[in-house]
Amino acid sequence: MLFLSQIINGLQLGSIYALVALGYSMVYGIIMLLNFAHGDIIMVGGYVAMLTIAAGVHPILAVILAILACVVLGVMIDKVAYAPLRSSPRISLLITAIGVSFLLENLAQNIWGANARPFPNSSIIKGSAINIGGVHIGNTAIVTIAVSLLSMVVLTFLVQKTKRGKAMRAVSEDMGTAQLMGINVNNTITFTFAVGSALAGIGSILYCCTYPQVSPTMGSMLGLKAFVAAVLGGIGSIPGAMVGGFAIGMAEVLVRAAGLSDWTDGAVFAILIVVLLFRPTGLMGRPMTEKV
Amino acid sequence: MKKKILSLMLTAAVCGGLLAGCNSTPSSSAPSGSQAGNDSSAASGGDTIKVGILAPLTGDAAQYGIAASNGAKLYFDQLNAAGGINGKNIEYILLDEKGQAADAVTAYNNLLEQGVTAIVGDVTTAPTVAVAVESASANMPLITGSATAASVTVDPDTNAVRPNVFRSCFIDPFQGEKMASFSKEKLNAKTAAVLFNTNVDYSVGLKDAFIAKAAEIGLEIVATESYSTNDVDFKGQLTNISAKNPDVLFCPDYYQKVALIAPQAKEIGLTATFVGGDGWDGAIEAINDASLIEGAYYCSGFSADDSSEAVQKFLTDYNTAYNTAPNMFSATTYDAAAILADAIKSAESAGLAAGSDEYKAAIISAISATNADYVTGHFTYDQSNNPVKDAVIIKIADGKYTFDCKF
Repeated sequence: MLFLSQIINGLQLGSIYALVALGYSMVYGIIMLLNFAHGDIIMVGGYVAMLTIAAGVHPILAVILAILACVVLGVMIDKVAYAPLRSSPRISLLITAIGVSFLLENLAQNIWGANARPFPNSSIIKGSAINIGGVHIGNTAIVTIAVSLLSMVVLTFLVQKTKRGKAMRAVSEDMGTAQLMGINVNNTITFTFAVGSALAGIGSILYCCTYPQVSPTMGSMLGLKAFVAAVLGGIGSIPGAMVGGFAIGMAEVLVRAAGLSDWTDGAVFAILIVVLLFRPTGLMGRPMTEKV
Repeated sequence: MKKKILSLMLTAAVCGGLLAGCNSTPSSSAPSGSQAGNDSSAASGGDTIKVGILAPLTGDAAQYGIAASNGAKLYFDQLNAAGGINGKNIEYILLDEKGQAADAVTAYNNLLEQGVTAIVGDVTTAPTVAVAVESASANMPLITGSATAASVTVDPDTNAVRPNVFRSCFIDPFQGEKMASFSKEKLNAKTAAVLFNTNVDYSVGLKDAFIAKAAEIGLEIVATESYSTNDVDFKGQLTNISAKNPDVLFCPDYYQKVALIAPQAKEIGLTATFVGGDGWDGAIEAINDASLIEGAYYCSGFSADDSSEAVQKFLTDYNTAYNTAPNMFSATTYDAAAILADAIKSAESAGLAAGSDEYKAAIISAISATNADYVTGHFTYDQSNNPVKDAVIIKIADGKYTFDCKF
């Protein structure tokens, strides 16, 4: 029973990591950029939801507004910070991403203050816990896992079955050739940022409902761990990001459950080191040959 | 604004005091110092008892320092208004130490030069320890109302008690002991679990004391789980704790973490009663849904909801004097001044001369022998110069901090 409860905890945490890891992986897949500002988009989503609910907006509308804010912010970051550097060396892009991350964190600190503030989780997720054969499953856990799985199904459908998805896959395969085939590369990149940021927005709401506090730096550790999840799954691979997210969440909870809570972050980053040493392409990544 | 003007005035006055201290005649420096801290009282004649007050009135800790020193000033003003001790007024000299250990030592030496016979202060731990070390050679009676670290009254290197240093607040581990006894006796708990922060001394100190006391009184600890400061997910630990089904969960951390732990405890279905230390003060504001910590208990040094006559009189007096509500620092420092004044009374009645070594020694032995009621409870002192007194137990009920009992 105890073990099953811990598995539920792991799935709950893992599904949030998976949603965030998807954003990392999709952006990396298409423009080879580690978007380190991704975690901070989550932070902004949390604040938008909190502030709109505090202003009296209906929680469902507030959630939609928060996701929309993430989408707009994600696309804007791409247009303002990344698009002008499309043909620059990748290291410039990476450094820009880190700069954007700092910018967002410090802006948030400036506008909303450095203190953590309570998040109105109980007005978003209502309902009661269920009990299956002695295993207690909280309402937030049910909603988190269900919404994440649904988002992943929709995303898979979008990428595999639609024209847009086909364009995304083509651009990630080979940007130049895709352009020659008449695919609007810039639109496709913008669309990818929008989808990744929407997933971050959903992740943000779920995260804040489980850990009901928002602070300007809340996205940084979450972003880093999701990045590890993306690398573990094979960065650029969508199913890989899902698997990686669940694996990292599960690993974290099991380390804590074993009474080694001081080692939780250490264990996560140890996984990163091991993956990079022995299987740099991750569990589901394709081996990449350097283009000349 | 008022505070700002006040602190500016005090700073100016302190600077004046320091400058005056340079001209080596203590008799001329004392009046300027006393005017600094004291607008109303203290006869300017020779027959006064000089007492120093050390507090950070500017800088990061100013909020604590102003509240604490106001408590001490209020007591001495009331005492003087009632005729002083043995016909002599208390002439207090308030110096700002900016929250810095080095400034506190300078201020202490200034007070020494001005011939004070005892000191109320300091306020925060690091300056208090610095002054405690410095004051040993003069055997200067020192009583703080707010420095909680064990090292204030006991030298951590030698484990020797500093004989001249006392406090009127309780030390951190004492809260752990209190809450263990409270859980056992008042909540009728048979089993308890502990969830603590390994990175925070406060949390570790309370945890150790809770577990030690629990073993002593037969409260069974069924689970001890930990986390670190940057953690936000506690469901793994809480699920382990929930499996043992304890009666109470002792959670000695500050309110921000409490606001994260409580919702997750509900999420995984934990039903234990939350018990905490004074770091819980602020939890209701930090949590979105206060029903998650409904029924939790924590201990504190002071509660304005305490209906006892002494507390209510103190609240009214403080409000009249400063036009603001006192906090815990004001109350415990008020008590520190009162304990010191009572000790001075016994030195006076022994016919000693204020400022002499015998006088100081008499104050020190009188403080050790304290056995009386003050605003924050009944005081006696233990071997380590820490007070043995009741804690105020606060219960979170109907989404509010409510006074439960003194324990």
